Amino acid sequence: SAKIVVHLHPAPPNKEPGPFQSSKNSYIKLSFKEHGQIEFYRRLSEEMTQRRWENMPVSQALQTNRGPQPGRIRAVGIVGIERKLEEKRKETDKNISEAFEDLSKLMIKAKEMVELSKSIANKIKDKQGDITEDETIRFKSYLLSMGIANPVTRETCGSGTQYHMQLARQLAGILQAPLEERGGIMSLTEVYCLVNRARGMELLSPEDLVNACKMLEALQLPLRLRVFDSGVMVIELQSHKEEEMVASALETVSEKGSLTSEEFAKLVGMSVLLAKERLLLAEKMGHLCRDDSVEGLRFYPNLFMTQS
Amino acid sequence: MAMSFEWPWQYRFPPFFTLQPNVDTRQKQLAAWCSLVLSFCRLHKQSSMTVMEAQESPLFNNVKLQRKLPVESIQVVLEELRKKGNLEWLDKNKSSFLIMWRRPEEWGKLIYQWVSRSGQNNSVFTLYELTNGEDTENEEFHGLDEATLLRALQALQQEHKAEIITVSDGRGVKFF
Repeated sequence: SAKIVVHLHPAPPNKEPGPFQSSKNSYIKLSFKEHGQIEFYRRLSEEMTQRRWENMPVSQALQTNRGPQPGRIRAVGIVGIERKLEEKRKETDKNISEAFEDLSKLMIKAKEMVELSKSIANKIKDKQGDITEDETIRFKSYLLSMGIANPVTRETCGSGTQYHMQLARQLAGILQAPLEERGGIMSLTEVYCLVNRARGMELLSPEDLVNACKMLEALQLPLRLRVFDSGVMVIELQSHKEEEMVASALETVSEKGSLTSEEFAKLVGMSVLLAKERLLLAEKMGHLCRDDSVEGLRFYPNLFMTQS
Repeated sequence: MAMSFEWPWQYRFPPFFTLQPNVDTRQKQLAAWCSLVLSFCRLHKQSSMTVMEAQESPLFNNVKLQRKLPVESIQVVLEELRKKGNLEWLDKNKSSFLIMWRRPEEWGKLIYQWVSRSGQNNSVFTLYELTNGEDTENEEFHGLDEATLLRALQALQQEHKAEIITVSDGRGVKFF
């Protein structure tokens, strides 16, 4: 590999301490494994000619004696490199903290905003007559778009707003056919995906969907919302009788001796979630019992009741 | 002895080893467990057991079926037996228990009936005589373990039909 040899003059008597106390060599050999030797030689020669270091102001020269200073770290071997890296890391850290300082300030402001909007919402509630329904809805939608759940909406969800009632009627129309295709029952998440996919724009929030579905039965629409013990929510056709499906589930399980939710789902062509709910309902009604082991959860016909 | 024990159909039914969440189903399940525990202990002449022994015993651990009743469920079964009067905890930590396939009151009744039948009211017996004497060889309580016998006599004592006394080399009982 290419080499550059720098011959050194003997050390002058007033020389400051350096990396080494003494050396038996009077030259430095620089080895260039790949390339860079030409450029380096050029710059080194230039520096050697200009001798810029001799022109440094005295105060600065004095400072460099006192070891590492912020911003002027003496690169002395590996220790020097490590120190430089540490300094850089501290700088980066500081920058990040400063950036997040703004974010925490924003969060404080956001909190104030939430408080403000809450108080406005309450004032609206109190002065129901002075503000039109339209404006109320617009204000509520602004809040929603900022991600703030409006306490007013939640309180009225029992009796429902016009919007939710209309939405409920819409849903009844949209969901009739898909429900019939799927055996009369769908999980609410399936409904959510289906409806929003169909809409394309002006997507429904999960909250709006649930509130609308809660009104289905009250409005005497041909579908209803049902919540299972496990908390799973489904939409059923009014004509669908889950309890009757249980009887056929029992037959299926009896035929096979025992089934897991997955096996049952596959056999009947249902989603595993709904299959599990059906088996759990059958267990609740006393038709099935469970075997819970390391092998998984299996359902058996409830022989405890049927056999002596 | 162990080989002649006939396991009930539930013992080969995997759900038997899972505590059922349905209340009505659970009632039937626990009744079956209680009955199984009592007949098992009766046949194996086991009057006391520790919970640890129970866990590993074939009673709660059906190796062939690869199912065992988990310890929390075993506790539920034992509590059922206690409520029915067939089980008594022998220590505060509930680590070992006395199991009586007949309740002490039932044993007491049988013993008293024998005493009356054989016209031995107002007689005194040692505990040993009652359970191991020639006279009682044909009685069901022959060979009964001391702990259960004591409790049976205590039940009679409550009814003022007997009194437990100390005799020359141990304890005895006087019947009224």
